[in-house]
Amino acid sequence: MTRRVLILGATSGIAQETSRCFAAEHAKLFLVARDPQKLAAVAEDLKVRGAEAVETHQADLNAYSDHPAIINRAASVWQGLDAALIAHGSLPDQALVEKDSLVLRDALDTNYFSAVSLSMHLATVFEAQRSGVLAIIGSVAGDRGRRSNYVYGSAKAAIATFAAGLRLRLLPAGVKVVLIKPGWVSTPMTEHLPQNFLYISAQKAGRGVYQAITSPTSVVYLPSYWKWIMAIIRSVPEPIFAKLKL
Amino acid sequence: MNSYTSWGRYPRSHPAEVVPLSWISRIPDFNQFSHPVLVYGKGRSYGDTCLNDGGVLLDSSGLDRFIQFDTHTGVLRCESGVTLQSVLRLSLPDWFLPVTPGTQFVTIGGAIANDVHGKNHHRAGSFGCHVRSFELLRSDKGRVFCSPEENKDLFAATIGGLGLTGMILWAEFQLKRASGPWIECEQIRFEKLDTFFELSAASDENYEYTVAWLDCASAGHKLGRGIFIRGNHSSAGPQDSHGPLPLPGFEAPEMLISRPTVRAFNWAYFNSQFRESTRNRVHYEKFFYPLDRVAEWNRLYGQRGFLQYQFVVPYQNREVVAEVLDLIARSREVCTLSVLKVFGSVSSPGLLSFPRPGVTLALDFPYQGQPTLDLCERFDQVMKRNGGVVYPAKDARMSAESFQTYFPQWKELSNFLDPRFESDFWRRVTPTNGNRQ
Repeated sequence: MTRRVLILGATSGIAQETSRCFAAEHAKLFLVARDPQKLAAVAEDLKVRGAEAVETHQADLNAYSDHPAIINRAASVWQGLDAALIAHGSLPDQALVEKDSLVLRDALDTNYFSAVSLSMHLATVFEAQRSGVLAIIGSVAGDRGRRSNYVYGSAKAAIATFAAGLRLRLLPAGVKVVLIKPGWVSTPMTEHLPQNFLYISAQKAGRGVYQAITSPTSVVYLPSYWKWIMAIIRSVPEPIFAKLKL
Repeated sequence: MNSYTSWGRYPRSHPAEVVPLSWISRIPDFNQFSHPVLVYGKGRSYGDTCLNDGGVLLDSSGLDRFIQFDTHTGVLRCESGVTLQSVLRLSLPDWFLPVTPGTQFVTIGGAIANDVHGKNHHRAGSFGCHVRSFELLRSDKGRVFCSPEENKDLFAATIGGLGLTGMILWAEFQLKRASGPWIECEQIRFEKLDTFFELSAASDENYEYTVAWLDCASAGHKLGRGIFIRGNHSSAGPQDSHGPLPLPGFEAPEMLISRPTVRAFNWAYFNSQFRESTRNRVHYEKFFYPLDRVAEWNRLYGQRGFLQYQFVVPYQNREVVAEVLDLIARSREVCTLSVLKVFGSVSSPGLLSFPRPGVTLALDFPYQGQPTLDLCERFDQVMKRNGGVVYPAKDARMSAESFQTYFPQWKELSNFLDPRFESDFWRRVTPTNGNRQ
């Protein structure tokens, strides 16, 4: 069976690799991203890699009014949708969001509100067809607030809570909601940061997302050892955590 | 941040800045940098052709997208950071690389810039022979489409042009028909070099791939013994299999690779083949890329790194091989690997290409300071007496005078250089600023 998959934020480092996994199984891919040149480059690549069909849609996902149209087109072009991945995101400059409210709102729009809005429209589609997988990329940064990126982390924490609730709502319809929490991944989003041995390649993360979409698990850490790292991080008492300078 | 070393990890070089590239449509203007720039792919060049001390390295590994693949004609167009491994995973079982070096972890851009060759040189020439077109991005001319018909001089200068003629954005090349991932491989033991040359001459016509491993740790009457390897594609076997999983490499203590251990390894490898000849069907990854099995095997040499010396001499001067082996035997250097092959007469379109008709020998040495450099210098003297040429992609030490003797066409190449591009290699082997108009 050829899967019909919607990828939101299709030019992100992780999403590209996940799409390549779908292309290898000859899926049909509907790609949404902001930059038309990047989008075209990704679409060509996925066609060569075996995607049975590739549709592209150029959009700024922070423009909520376009969301219904995007989801409707993605769901109608092949008469239904088997999976959707919400992969767009940005890592805001913490110092900047602390001072500039517009940058702050933009960061929350990208990392939280737009993902929630898209999920709502997708939930309607999946609920009606009584099948589908909605995958959302969260982050380990959402598991505990840290001074270096707590705005980004709070958006990812909110997404996790939202996904947990949406999962319960869609359970009777047989729709799966999976939240994927990558640890550190080497992508254009993190290329300006000093990297250590815990960083994994975008390729590995992308394949992990692909596997998470097909697995029965509802919350997936990437790689899985982050589950234990974060369990420890969450359990550190606040006075000690404050001294860790994380 | 990744480390940006060359494969031999000698010499060490420190770029002032590394710029990762992810999109052809978003390459920064090279003129905005205050230092000279150089594109760095997977760092598989052995010496310093891929290094730019104090300059800007543009990391092309994010340019890993395919653009077009015609499954009927085998013509593939892709971004320059795509690796040979990605190409093979896409193209098999129907198509194979027209030419492949001994590792699949090089980029297409690197394969063109170094005009790489492989075990089928006697049939197919070098990689550049199969390139149909590419697009360069230059600091002075912007995007330039190059093919054998259009901008043909720049096309020729870029093939084997050591990455100095501008950045290759994408390339289009011709794959060859394959009959699956398996190679029918025959290994034949030989005791002396004359036998190798006879075997090679007798195999050229019926075997697509020929190469030999030499036991370079032996001296005296055993000098020149080795194993001759020849093969053809096979249509038998499962079509979708992958090779063995890689093993991790690690930074080993330097005593791991020393004269006794290398001698023991070579003895064991040579004698592991009991019969004079064996036939096997082997997976292409095992046949072409045995060293890829160990990820980062270069680290086994330890901190000091290693050198590779690869030369080609005209066929009539093939006694140079024995002369070089003799120089090694009489030195205190440890030759860890030596690979011998007879090149054919297919000529490359590249202006500064290394492969040419004759006999080529590649030799690896752990870097042990001045004595290692001195031995290579003695090789250079032998090359100059015998019309030999040394491979820049492998080199970390040849003198400017040697380079200019081997490649008199370097002056012509300098007319095509991008004014913003430089490498440690080029600064070493050409006069400072003498290459600039």
